[in-house]
Amino acid sequence: MSVVSEISEDRKKLTILIKGRFDFSSHQCFREAYERIDSRPDAIVVDLKETTYLDSSALGMLLLLRDHAGGDGADVRVVNSNSDVRKILAISNFDKLFDIS
Amino acid sequence: MSALAPVLEALTILIAEDSAADLLLLSTIVRRQGHQVLTASNGAQAVEVFTRERPQLVLMDALMPVMDGFEAARRIKQLAGEELVPIIFLTSLRESEALAQCLDAGGDDFLPKPYNQLILAAKINAMDRLRRLQATVLQQRDLIAKHHDYLLHEQRVAKAVFDKVAHSGCINAAPNIRYLQSPYALFNGDLLLAAYTPSGDMHVLLGDFTGHGLPAAVGAMPLAEVFYGMTAKGYGLAQTLREMNAKLKRILPVDMFCCATLLCLSTQRRVVEVWNGGMPDGYVHEVATGKRTSLQSRHLPLGVLSAQAFDDRTEVWPMALGDRVFLLSDGVLDTADANDQLFGAERLQQVFAANREPNRLFEDIEQALAAFRGEVRDDVSMVEITLQDGQALRATGPLYADSGQSCPLDWSVSFEFRAETLKRYNPLPYLLQLLLEIHGLREQSGALYSVMAELYSNALEHGVLGLDSRLKRDAQGFAEYYRQRNDRLAQLNTGFVRVHVEVVPTPSGGKMSLRLEDSGPGFDVEQVLARPLDIDRLSGRGLSLVRQLSSDVRWADGGRSVCVEFCWVGLA
Repeated sequence: MSVVSEISEDRKKLTILIKGRFDFSSHQCFREAYERIDSRPDAIVVDLKETTYLDSSALGMLLLLRDHAGGDGADVRVVNSNSDVRKILAISNFDKLFDIS
Repeated sequence: MSALAPVLEALTILIAEDSAADLLLLSTIVRRQGHQVLTASNGAQAVEVFTRERPQLVLMDALMPVMDGFEAARRIKQLAGEELVPIIFLTSLRESEALAQCLDAGGDDFLPKPYNQLILAAKINAMDRLRRLQATVLQQRDLIAKHHDYLLHEQRVAKAVFDKVAHSGCINAAPNIRYLQSPYALFNGDLLLAAYTPSGDMHVLLGDFTGHGLPAAVGAMPLAEVFYGMTAKGYGLAQTLREMNAKLKRILPVDMFCCATLLCLSTQRRVVEVWNGGMPDGYVHEVATGKRTSLQSRHLPLGVLSAQAFDDRTEVWPMALGDRVFLLSDGVLDTADANDQLFGAERLQQVFAANREPNRLFEDIEQALAAFRGEVRDDVSMVEITLQDGQALRATGPLYADSGQSCPLDWSVSFEFRAETLKRYNPLPYLLQLLLEIHGLREQSGALYSVMAELYSNALEHGVLGLDSRLKRDAQGFAEYYRQRNDRLAQLNTGFVRVHVEVVPTPSGGKMSLRLEDSGPGFDVEQVLARPLDIDRLSGRGLSLVRQLSSDVRWADGGRSVCVEFCWVGLA
């Protein structure tokens, strides 16, 4: 598991890439990825293209991120999820909170 | 002496040596190094001194009369138990075999004669380090064991407290519920609750909190209290869900929530009403046809959305007597075999498909899981509820023994519930609480609630909303009926349901008349009542129930007004 974050040049978009298992062990790194940056990006993209697995504590972390980014007004996109990961997001109906593709 | 390694701490050292000259020499050296010395002149004496004085280290001559050093070493090691009492053999033996024998007997090191003071001091210090290390390990092990015991004890107490709350319902008493849950599932965040409503319907909740341990268990307490409190008072799923969601949203941290399926199983109406937020598919299993209907997750889990955004819409499915509802936690589907393959929904479907004996389905699933993994995980929760006839209507709350002296016996009250209220408010729990102020009615609270619920839903659905109950004649129409109900209710902007309650004393006790009026078009009372009673039909069950349960039912105003009476005899 590793978490890589990248901010766009205009500092408006933060991309967080999670590699491997997205579970409680990523808690600290994931938080740091968005708490560390000094500017407030307009949009946050969570890229799951290298994520193999996601558990309920990862869902909780996504909620924390959304809350940090402004709650109901937040623009948080979850992209590139594989079919297993998408199934977990679908059961929890997280598409009602996040833009999932 | 400055050449000697510094002594960390004065030790009590036993020296066992049969040569008096050697014993004196060695004692002097060891004393000079700052230790306290005990002496023995053979192995048997050494064991005796050890038993009495418990020295921390032993210098042992190998060859001695009465009992040799090897045997003495074995006994001392046995007496020392887990504690490390280093034994250094003193020996003039030179052959490897003899030296190895010293260590085999339990010796930790050996010192060749003649003695070198420097080496002796260094060896005593080295052995002392080992002794301390062992002591520290033992101490920490005992501390961990103590903390672990303490934690287990706390969990047992917490579980006992929780069981009082969580199992105050009917999960263990109801004959139609079977469930599988690890005794410590609570600390895995799994929660299973069941209780009867005043009208004898059954509410069941299977929940799964994010996270493990105490935080999950703590969230379960308020959830269980809301569930039991509101179910007993006659609240429907929608209000109960709203309350649970609001409560969890308020008390849980942002990253914690509770996936849950909440059911209302009604034998009287032959339906199951379902709300699923984040749990794996449940199933309604039709025994006659073998058909399974998935109860899919349509909502976000509880505790995520604000009260404004929360969606309490439920689905309603018809059931026949003997049909079953299955709910399961993701521990079932995530059970992994030795190769990390997950059990998954497909294997579960195969178990359903292979089942020939509905009564064995539960065991079949258990066996399939056990065969797949070798053992059942401790976060597997599974429940099966069968729709059964004959659930007696029960009285709610305690029957007070104050002979009803203080209860109100001569009064009336009227309510008018208008469109905006009908849309979102269920007045039945409030009305029931009000009527149960009359002690004489408490014994009949189940029947009273059932009748009120039927009359109210008739007034709302057939009266105000103008829905045709004949739609419910088959499963497809059934779903259509509830779809239309949701739509029309959402668009409602006129109409009313009026409720009049009249309580009067009678010579033997009292009488309560309950009259409901609605703003609908009414119906042909004679024609509807003339229809044959067919209890296995999906529609029209309500009126026969009302006629069974209340002493007098009368319609007026072209079916727009209905009146029932309940009588009681004075409590002596």
